Amino acid sequence: MRTEKKGIRLDHISKIYKDPKTGKDFYAVKDTSLEIEPGSFVTLLGPSGCGKTTTLRMIAGFESPDEGEIYLGDEAINELTPNKRDTAMVFQSYALLPHYNIFDNVAYGLKLRKVPKEEIKERVTKILELVELSGMEARMTNQLSGGQQQRVALARALVIEPAVLLFDEPLSNLDAKLRVSMRTEIRRIQQEVGITAVYVTHDQSEAMAISDKIIIMNKGVVAQMGTPQEIYYHPNSEFVADFIGEANFLKGKMTAVDGKNAIIEVDGVPVTVSHDKNMKVGGEYTVVLRPEAASLSAEKGVPCTVELSRFMGSYQNYHVRVGKTLVKLEEHNPKNKRIFEVGEKCFLVFDPESVHVL
Amino acid sequence: MATRQGASLDRKKLMADPIMVTTIVLLIAFLTLFILYPLAILLVDSFISDTGLTFDIFKRIFNIPTFKTAITNTLKVGFLVGILSTAVGLLFAYVEVYVRSNRFMGGLFKVVSMLPVVSPPFVLSLSMIMLFGKAGIVTRHLLGIYDNSVYGFWGIAIVQSMTFFPVCYMMFRGLLKNIDPSLEEAARDMGASRMKVFTTVTLPLLLPGIGNAFLVTFIESIADFANPMIIGGSYDTLATTIYLQITGAYDKAGAAAMAVVLLSITLIMFAVQKYYLEAKSTATLTGKASRQRMLIEDKSVRVPLTVLCCAIALFVILMYICVPIGALFPTWGYKFFPLTTKWFQLVFTRYKGFKAFKDSFVLSIIAAPITALLSMIISYLVVKRKFKAKGFIEAVSMLAMAVPGTVLGVGYIRGYSGGIFHTGFMQGIYGTGLILIIVFIVRSLPTGTRSGIAALRQIDKSIEESAYDMGANSLQVFTSVTLPLIKDSFLSGLVTAFVRSITAISAIILLVTPQYLLITVQINEFAEKGSYGLACAFASLLILVTYTAVALMNLFIKHFGTSRKIKEEN
Repeated sequence: MRTEKKGIRLDHISKIYKDPKTGKDFYAVKDTSLEIEPGSFVTLLGPSGCGKTTTLRMIAGFESPDEGEIYLGDEAINELTPNKRDTAMVFQSYALLPHYNIFDNVAYGLKLRKVPKEEIKERVTKILELVELSGMEARMTNQLSGGQQQRVALARALVIEPAVLLFDEPLSNLDAKLRVSMRTEIRRIQQEVGITAVYVTHDQSEAMAISDKIIIMNKGVVAQMGTPQEIYYHPNSEFVADFIGEANFLKGKMTAVDGKNAIIEVDGVPVTVSHDKNMKVGGEYTVVLRPEAASLSAEKGVPCTVELSRFMGSYQNYHVRVGKTLVKLEEHNPKNKRIFEVGEKCFLVFDPESVHVL
Repeated sequence: MATRQGASLDRKKLMADPIMVTTIVLLIAFLTLFILYPLAILLVDSFISDTGLTFDIFKRIFNIPTFKTAITNTLKVGFLVGILSTAVGLLFAYVEVYVRSNRFMGGLFKVVSMLPVVSPPFVLSLSMIMLFGKAGIVTRHLLGIYDNSVYGFWGIAIVQSMTFFPVCYMMFRGLLKNIDPSLEEAARDMGASRMKVFTTVTLPLLLPGIGNAFLVTFIESIADFANPMIIGGSYDTLATTIYLQITGAYDKAGAAAMAVVLLSITLIMFAVQKYYLEAKSTATLTGKASRQRMLIEDKSVRVPLTVLCCAIALFVILMYICVPIGALFPTWGYKFFPLTTKWFQLVFTRYKGFKAFKDSFVLSIIAAPITALLSMIISYLVVKRKFKAKGFIEAVSMLAMAVPGTVLGVGYIRGYSGGIFHTGFMQGIYGTGLILIIVFIVRSLPTGTRSGIAALRQIDKSIEESAYDMGANSLQVFTSVTLPLIKDSFLSGLVTAFVRSITAISAIILLVTPQYLLITVQINEFAEKGSYGLACAFASLLILVTYTAVALMNLFIKHFGTSRKIKEEN
């Protein structure tokens, strides 16, 4: 495998489309700048229509940016056609060539590069080993399962040793179980090869499991970029907090500082959170509380009323009312805990450190 | 909004691909020269005389009484043929999709749907005359009627309806199969009778499709040249009037103006059909049938419908069989026995049949692969690529569908007999085999392109993108991915182009020079003269050639078609 890894830099990229219904222009991607480090695995995550696939297709060269410049390594690649770019894409629909067998599918890019026959054979064999498809060379694509087809698509992209691998929702056509094992596989292979990878998905757990960094996009702009932990524990907006995992939002006014903690009054109920130096008394804040970060207690904490109590197996699911706000909770390992019933008055307890304030 | 560099980047990327650019430029040149220009020159010639812009030519032709009659005649025939073909086509499609039938019916339907593909024009007109004319078997010999005339309005209408209804049948079959049976079951469940279901559910869903089928046959009918020529008698339609204006009155400017009138009518119809009805008819029927339809077993519905369909189908088949049999009678209408092969012998001995077949065959076999390849290239560009001139290429190749052959023929005469814009440039191709080949190509291009586009839309865009992404240039993508994937469509396009070319008449008859003997022109000539034995002999041989071509294609697709494997996957 080649040793040279290249990063990608997007410099104020925009893409404008015409809305087919209204005929008006709109930004599919707006003024987006980001840097992807060589050898890292970066995921573009967002709801449909957020511009993630458009961004990926601009990197591959299928779409041309209306503003800005894309760099592969140090080279500006705006004017290069997809066949001249040192990128290889794994498509959502696999996009294998149905009239070729597996070997020829994988060898396709090498043949175009006029690689000598023996070398083609050697490299294809090696790459098929890597994706654990040895012995399948002579099969036709329709004789493979979805997961196997996806591996062929991956092998085909890897074998030409591109500087960057691009994934366009590659697992969305697979069933849930296979998705989980394939994403581990993709991550393993990426790390083994040490290639830069850009991965598009709308599945947040997939993004968490696979990425070095996640870029969350919304309405054509980057909402937040960071490691999975940063994004989960320190979301910078309600959108990000809500999109990654489940989140409760408690809105209120900060009333006092209590040592390291701050008091935020939510519908008249004081809630203690850790104090961030940017927070000021009198300011309006939103407390982001993950369902697994809090538990219920009979003694003390934030007073609340149970509105729903449901056994889910690995956890007990509660909906409780704090003031006027509904808070969803997951109490894990419920077997050894006291179960609160609907209508009971109790208290919500959480570590001030484990909530995030917006 | 800042400057749009996206468009200019797309252009730069396109320019970086010389093969694409060359292809597009050549394509645009071809379409402009051989479709747009001949039509433009008709406008120029009919509006501009030596004195400048003028309406005199139009005033003159509208003062020719026969021309005005021809317009009403054409519209009358077109209207009736549109209604009849649509009705019969709908009946056939309904019976096939809704009513339980046996294998015999299935076979019958298959034959009916294939006949118009392999049959040359005017075959039905010939048999109509032979069966029901003054000396017709049915009229004179079975019924003893001696003065029955099939020539004229009813003759044309019946023959055209029989020629065009299979087209409607195929259209309706596609639409009916897309109706979700549960819609009708829901109506039945609410207590509606079968008739009520048909009139309140099925028919309203089909309404745009019915309009569509009507207009398609209407256009076909008014553009038809061969049938009115043979069975029209003194009942002239626009196509035949234009032909006579050139060949009889030597009035080329007048013919050009008439051609403009005919073209305007078909273009308006085509625009309505294409941009209004076609979109609507597919929009209402999007869902695939969720499951199998319960076929109608009820005898009170099944028996009359089945009998009606069988009667029509058998009648149509009888008409086709009539032609080869007719070629075996010593003298049609007078002496039926003993059967003889003298007409076939005469074809090859006295009437240069061999040369006619060779000329027709050679010209068509040259035109067919070019047409097939061109239509695949156009479809590829239209479906898979984006570039500025795409709209132009698509529009012009579809425009050719709305241009009657006669109009195109007149356009070529006006456009090339004196060179481009009468300057003498490119005059050389006029009167050659080359211009005939070009006409063949232009006449078959729309059908080929349409089926190519349909085939390519089935193929996931990302398959080609992946090849492109792997490093293939446009030519490599086209040859190593696109073409192999639509091999079947390419092949059938090839054969359709061949069959359409070898059976073409309307534009060709205006452009052919004595140097080339074409079968269709021969058939027309002998039928005109009343030598039905010879016309039938020529026509039967032609049917044989076309049928062989289609059979070979089916055999080839069955054994070598790659698309089969791919289809199984989906």
